[in-house]
Formats: sequence, structure tokens, C-alpha cells
Amino acid sequence: MIGVGEAVGRQDILCLSDLAAGRQAVVVAVTGGRGATARLLALGLAPGRCVRVVKNDRFGPVILATDSGSTRLAVGRGLALKIRLIEEAD
Amino acid sequence: MGPFFALTKLVAPNPTVRIVALVGNPNSGKTTIFNALTGERRDTGNRPGVTVECVEGRALARRAPAPRVAAASALPARGLGREPRDEIIVVDLPAAYDFDGHSEDQAVARDYLLSGRAGAVLNVVDAMNLERNLYLTIRLLEAGLPLVVALNRIDQVRALGLSPDSEALSLGLGGVPVVQTVALTGEGLEEALAAAAGLADGQAGPAFRVDYGSGLEAEGHLPAMAAKRFELAARLARGCLGPARSTVPGRPRATDLVDRVVTHRYGGVAILLAVMWAVFKFTFSVGTPLITLVSRLLSVAGRLVESLAETAGAPDLVRSFVVDGLMAGMGSVLVFLPLVFALFLALAVLEETGYMARASCVSDRFMRALGLGGKAFIPLVLGFGCNVPAILAARTLENRRDRLATILVSPFISCSGRLPVYTLFAGAFFGARQGLVVFSVYLLGVVMAAAMAKLVTARVMPGESADFLMELPSYRWPSWRGVLRQAWGQAWMFIRKAGTIIAAGVVVMWVLGSLPWGVAYASRDSLLGRLGAAVAVVLRPAGLGNWETGAALVFGFVAKEFVVAALGLVHGAGAQALPALLAAHFTPLTALSFMVLVLLYSPCLATVAAIRKETGSWKWPALAAGYSLVLGLGMATAVYQLGRVLGMAG
Repeated sequence: MIGVGEAVGRQDILCLSDLAAGRQAVVVAVTGGRGATARLLALGLAPGRCVRVVKNDRFGPVILATDSGSTRLAVGRGLALKIRLIEEAD
Repeated sequence: MGPFFALTKLVAPNPTVRIVALVGNPNSGKTTIFNALTGERRDTGNRPGVTVECVEGRALARRAPAPRVAAASALPARGLGREPRDEIIVVDLPAAYDFDGHSEDQAVARDYLLSGRAGAVLNVVDAMNLERNLYLTIRLLEAGLPLVVALNRIDQVRALGLSPDSEALSLGLGGVPVVQTVALTGEGLEEALAAAAGLADGQAGPAFRVDYGSGLEAEGHLPAMAAKRFELAARLARGCLGPARSTVPGRPRATDLVDRVVTHRYGGVAILLAVMWAVFKFTFSVGTPLITLVSRLLSVAGRLVESLAETAGAPDLVRSFVVDGLMAGMGSVLVFLPLVFALFLALAVLEETGYMARASCVSDRFMRALGLGGKAFIPLVLGFGCNVPAILAARTLENRRDRLATILVSPFISCSGRLPVYTLFAGAFFGARQGLVVFSVYLLGVVMAAAMAKLVTARVMPGESADFLMELPSYRWPSWRGVLRQAWGQAWMFIRKAGTIIAAGVVVMWVLGSLPWGVAYASRDSLLGRLGAAVAVVLRPAGLGNWETGAALVFGFVAKEFVVAALGLVHGAGAQALPALLAAHFTPLTALSFMVLVLLYSPCLATVAAIRKETGSWKWPALAAGYSLVLGLGMATAVYQLGRVLGMAG
């Protein structure tokens, strides 16, 4: 699925499940089935939105800070695979 | 909560009374506003999914100012200082992030809005998280709904030194009225309701379209469309709160540290178990000493009624019915009120702090191993209070399979109605080890729920559980008023149940115990005795072959609390004398077998009705009642036979 990702150029596109705690990134694409995609988008995980990883132990759900830090989301590992991002400097 | 747990019906559309629907993101303060407007006392909580059904209340709305000024000269004065008010029906809808109905509770909200029953929608928006909340607002406007925006928690935004510009927001949304509100103090609520009621008079919402651009990419491409909406939301939020302040500063990072600890792969599980143990410990160490106190109060009341009846010269039959029947039956249930109250208090604290969402997150891994997801954890924990709200809460699960499986296993979670049975029997037979025994019974319930979840999801409904996705609300200190109010609300249900269902059951038992005429009351030859004896046949392998036990279990099907009341009645004893009398009819082993049976056998009528309502067919409640009955009898028999083999006195 092509999202805003095309405009990214040569920067690496990562999976949310690979992003370590403390890292900040911008969502570039949400892939996956219609239902899963819609759920993610509704919670604010849409292309162009910034996230900061609060916790990712490669075991349970990934915890994210969104909305400039005012929201915390727990994203299960299956869904975390469906979110593509590019890392941002702090 | 009990059989009277509000299964609220929506009234038919009535053109003379206007309906305003409340819509908003989870934790936006929607239900708090509903309570403030209507004077209702719906539970609020600190997690997504507290409201799972449409709840109605009535409120009086001030007439919107504009039409009133125009009409003022034509109308005679209505009395100085009294504004005319109109009755409005306010409907609290389940919270949602968008308009797509991902789960049953959100579908309920969407369907209600699309049905057109509501003349206006009051969209509660959390000003502390404006950008994200405006996403829903945009979706509602795109759907063409007549909207008023309540910009809530405005006090917290002002406290940060910002001065929100609601006119700019209103303009950006195409002229939608925007009212600044503070749900907790009531500020702006009247104005918001009046504005919504004004819309309900027939003014259509402004035409609103998001510019998705002309590219084919945007049309129908969900992520691209969402991105455009969020761009717009960010712009609107900046316009309202000032440049570069689309959202107010985030949470302190210290709470992130807490989150990392409580959701830690090992530490988090340990904390979860410790919290559940603490809930259990709190319930018993606070509740148990108070039971003696309530028991004394009740026996004083009993003696008072008895002497009153004597001085009034009531006939023996009436006196014995009131004192030995009603007072003893209701008393033997009511005596456990402190325990039930303590349990609901502990659960309310868990709800308020925001821990429930974290518990759900940390449980995801092992819930997934059972074929469910972490989201099913919350309904199951609610089941410790009462299975009925647990079954309703399963609406928050995204797929039907998860929801059905959760509904089917939730009756094994031991509810507050079964607590009196354990407390009575463990106290009478296990002395110092009673805490351990009761805990083991609870644990057995959890193990059975887990085992059945695994079985049902693997064999009956194979498939994938929905991936975990949940917002983690801010932590907050529980407000003691809120916690007490919530726990008291549920304790009151327990009292009401004792006064209605239990009282009615006592009457039925009394009649059955006195028929046929001339038989000794509550003897083996009465109808009650014969009924009990018939049931006792299947209970014999479990060591419970006497008719009294059989009769108590039959009535326990109506409501589990009734088991102790029924035992009191058939043994002719009130709350105080019952433990001693039980010693003549039970041994420690049969007491254990009895507790296991009460834990597992068919769910109460209210639970069966809730399963019927939520699944829409009789198949599932019949299955739930049937298989748990078989399982209960089987497990009780196993306990009894095993105990005998191990040399315990049967």
C-alpha cells in the first residue's frame, strides 16, 4: 500500500515493532486489513502523525505516546507490524 | 449489581420531546456531563468502555436565547425571573473515536446517531487533547449530524495560561456552536444544552466537507483520508488554542516510567497478581469484622419486630412468617453487605486509578494463549462484582468470536452473590484456614474460566482473536467521593435485591414449605421437602444427598445470594444460629463440595437473561446453563470422592 511514504525519499522505513523505547517517529503508512487499519486510524495512528515509543520489550503490546505526549496507546504486536514509520531526530 | 441492573430500553421516538445525544471520545467527560444534566448517577470510570449502552435521562433546557428574544413581545410575561424551560431527553451513547462501529458498543452509538432519533448531537470534546478529539467532531460533521461542541475541561486549559478561542473553532467547523464547559463544576453545561435543544428545534447542521484534494489517492483510501482529517484537526486546534499549541503539554514522563513497570513482561504480571490478591485481602479484612456488627443489628431488629407482633396480637402463622421467614431469610443475606461493599469499593478504586487498562495490556499475552485477547480481561474482572455487567462489558470486544467466548466463560468468575456462601461455610468449617479455602474457590473459578476459554476458542469457535489496541488513560488519584458513590450504588443493588427478589423467594419457599396443609413447616413431607429430595438424588455422588441442600440449590438458581437465605429457611435459623446448625448437616468435605457446586453450577437468572439479550438467541444461554451445571456436578463429585479416598470424613 502506498501512503505518504513515497515522499520520504531514501530514509529507512521501519516497522513500529522494531522501534526501541525513547525513539520518535512519523507514521508514513498503515497497512493491513480494512478493519485493523480503521481501528488504528481512529486512535490517531494515521500518516503524518508523530509518535514516541514509551515501551517496546518485543514481548507484550508496544506503548506509544501520541498527540504531543498527551495520549498513551497500547498497540498489540500484530498491529504494531502494520504501522510503518520513519525515525525523527529528538 | 444484580437482576435490576439497568437494561435500559429506549423510549419510542416522541415528536413532542426533543432528544439530545451525547457523543465523545472515551474519558472526555461525557458521562459526567450526562450525570450533571440529568441528575442520574451513571458510573464513570478511568478507562475506555465504561458506557456500553445508550442510557436515557431527562433534563430541563433553557430556551435558546435567540428565538426567545424574538417572541418575547408577543408573549405575556411568564412571571419575573423564571425562564421558560423545556423537557429534553438526553441520551448518553457509548464513547467512540470515530464513526465506524469497530465493536458492538461503538456500533450501538453509530446506529443510534444514524437512526435520526436524536434531534441534536452534543459532542463532548476534551480541550486538553483537542486535536485527537476533533477527529471525531469532523467525522460527525461529515455525516451531516446537527452538532453542538462542548469544549470540556476548559478550566485545565486556562490553568496553563491559554485562552481558548471558541469562536475561531466554531468558524473553522463551519459555524457549529462551541460552548466552553467544565463537567465537574457544571460551568457552561446549561448553555450547551440550550444550544443543542435549539438545534433540535429543526435547525440543520452546517454543510461541512473536508478537502481531500483531487488526487485519486485520497478518494476511498482510508489512511490518506484520515491523514487529511488529522491535518484539519491540528489546524483547528492551533486556531483555538494559539499557534504551535495544538495540544497542551503532554503527561509528565514519570508516568511513563510507571507504565513501563506495571506492564513489564515479568514484573507487570507479578504486580497484577499482587493487586488481585490485595483486592481479595481488603474485601475480607475490612468486610468480615463488620459482619458481626450487622448481624447484631439484624437480630436486634428481629427481636423488635417479634415483640411488636406479639403486642399487636398477630396470629402465630403471621408472626412466624414475618420473623422466621422474611426477617431470617433477608437477614441471612443482608448480613454479608459489608463484604460486598468492601469488594465493590476495591473494584471502584481499581477503575478510578486507571490501572484497569494497564492490567488489560499486561494480561494480553496470557489471555492470547487462552484464545482471547487482553481486552477480555476487563469484563472478566468486572465479573468478580457481578456477572451481568461483565457480560454487557464484553460489547467492547472487536470481534464476535471473542465476545461470545468471553460471555460464555464469565459466569465461572465468582461474583459477589456467591461470596456469602463461601464466607458462611468456610467460617463454619475451616476456622483459621477459611481465608485460604475461600481464595482457593475463587482460584478454581478463574482456572475453570481459563480452561473453558481455551476449549471454546480452540474447538467451538476457531479463529483469531482481535489484535490488542487500547488507549491508556492518565493515572489519577481516586476521588473518595466518586469511589464511595460507585461502591454504594452497587451495594444498594444488593440491598434492593434482598428486599425484592430474596423476599419474593422467601414467600414462595414459605408457601412450598407449608403445603400440603397440615404438614410440619419445612419438613421432608412438605412440597419444598419433596422438591429438594428429588434434586438431592443427583447430588448424592457429591456427598450432598439431603433434601435441604437440594432445595437451597434450586432457589440459588434464581439468585446465588438466595442459597444462604434458603439454607436459613429450611433449617429454621437466622444469620446467627446458621453456622452451628450447618455443622449437623455438613462435614468439612461436603462443605467443600457444596462450595465448588455453588461456584460452578448454572448461572443465576439475571445472568442467563443477560446472555440471551447479548447473544440474541436462546442457544447460548441454554448452553451456558447446561454445561456449567454438568461441570459443577462433576467437579463437586470429584472433590467429594477424592476427599474420601484421601481419608476425609464424608
